[in-house]
Amino acid sequence: MDPINPLTLFFAAIFTNNILLTNFLGLCPFLSMSGRKKSALGMGAAVVFVMASTTALNNLVHYKVLVPLGLEHFRFIVFIVVIAAFVQLVEMTVERFFPALYFSLGIFLPLITVNCAIFGASLFMVIRKYDFVQSLAYGVGSGIGWMLAIIAISSIREKLQKTAKLPKGLEGPAITLIITGLLALAFLAFSGMIRVQ
Amino acid sequence: MTQFIVSILIISGIGAVLALLLEFADRFIADYGECQIMINREKELKVQGGSPLLFSLQDEGIFIPSACGGKGTCAYCKVKVLEGGGPVLPTETPYLSADEQEDNVRLSCQVKVRNDLAIEIPEDLFLIKEFKVRVERLEDLTPYIKGITLAIVEPEEGITFKPGQYIQLEIPKYKLSSAPEFRAFSMASFPEEHQKIELYVGLVEKGIVSTYIHNYLKKRDELVMRGPFGDFYYQESDRGILMIATGTGLAPIMSILRHMHREQIQQKITLFFGTRSEDDMYCVEELKSLEKELPRFTYVPTLSRVSDDSPWQGERGRVTDLIEEHIPEAADLDVYICGSPEMVDSCLEVLEKKGISEDNIYFDKFS
Repeated sequence: MDPINPLTLFFAAIFTNNILLTNFLGLCPFLSMSGRKKSALGMGAAVVFVMASTTALNNLVHYKVLVPLGLEHFRFIVFIVVIAAFVQLVEMTVERFFPALYFSLGIFLPLITVNCAIFGASLFMVIRKYDFVQSLAYGVGSGIGWMLAIIAISSIREKLQKTAKLPKGLEGPAITLIITGLLALAFLAFSGMIRVQ
Repeated sequence: MTQFIVSILIISGIGAVLALLLEFADRFIADYGECQIMINREKELKVQGGSPLLFSLQDEGIFIPSACGGKGTCAYCKVKVLEGGGPVLPTETPYLSADEQEDNVRLSCQVKVRNDLAIEIPEDLFLIKEFKVRVERLEDLTPYIKGITLAIVEPEEGITFKPGQYIQLEIPKYKLSSAPEFRAFSMASFPEEHQKIELYVGLVEKGIVSTYIHNYLKKRDELVMRGPFGDFYYQESDRGILMIATGTGLAPIMSILRHMHREQIQQKITLFFGTRSEDDMYCVEELKSLEKELPRFTYVPTLSRVSDDSPWQGERGRVTDLIEEHIPEAADLDVYICGSPEMVDSCLEVLEKKGISEDNIYFDKFS
């Protein structure tokens, strides 16, 4: 089978295989941060950057360190540690050199450490046997896909807050989950259009 | 077997490399160099940037109150950050009202010193310091109360406080304690004396600190104390003053009286001082001579446990009885109450019944 074109993979990760809407990963920050468009955008941008970098980084760690030494079964703990260290490093750098960005991202940046979409992307990268360039494309694509989903939902939620009269029990996460389900249903129609593995 | 060791080594190695990387990053990236903190537009501090403002100030000997130790949960450490604080953080917003945010109030434990700052803090906070003190006098005032005088060794300029405030005295670890312990004691000395303070320490059954002071402390011992603290202090006014004290509660009252004597403040003052028996009375001579030197000062001692055949000439009963008896309804008075919580509470009750404005009642509960 021909290797998948990284560009194809990039678009597939955004639309047909959106990590949030088809794999339902990263739902926790998705639910809690989608109340307002501004914070959704900040969280989304941080996810794009960290997901792209850690997927590529973990690809290197996996194929250059773990595989040659026969330690693939340690990939969970190693990936998690790499992600945590990377996020920490990024936070320090952003705080020191881009204070404006640091303040606008606020607590979203460190929260990414425990965003399961990030870890998920690294695991998919291994399961689907992506090479470095593919991993990078997949990482960036998944990040943008996640951002797209959270921006879409936060726009809908903002509109709902202004206009809709929801029953008390449906407010907040409940209605968000229902809308997410509907959105996911729409995205489901794309599934299988593009081969990702 | 080798596989096990190799795995452990490799995984540890990866962890070590990452830790090393972060350590370097912390050293080089998070190096904010020296930052200036301008306090109240007059005092300038140079600190190493990178730590929260609360701790930077603490290192410089400025103690902002904090109960949670910088975790951002008690909201005691509010200061005004005029310049360089950056936007209010999500960790602060729950503790800051809209007015406070408008006013540049921030939680100093959350604001990191990244660049030069200009801040504003209450002048009083400058006065809170850590002092090294030496025991100069230890005297049994009553069988259960010791008067101690502490001379300040460091810092040289001594202590500045308002009459009625307290300090925290720390005693070292000894037989009955597992770590150094500190307790609050009101100062009895007048504030014009900056180099020495006097405390009255009552012996508390099984009290770690009071037992140490009564049985282990010696002259010339050195101790550490912090202060001054507290909002129970003399308030200037031209109303008459009623002072109520029991036991060691006399300490802040003595400080206020000694201050008024030195400054020749001529207000009408009545002091109700209650103890159980005559043996528990102290400072009697001084109070009597103050009565002569402050013409409008009246000292009224009362004993709560005295037999009918005792030669005691003064009042009998509790201080609350004296209020009932001597204080007219709705009198326009500043009231200072100091002593056990039970005594303070029952006094407050009686005063409320008398219709005395609670705005002018100040109290300090010794527990």
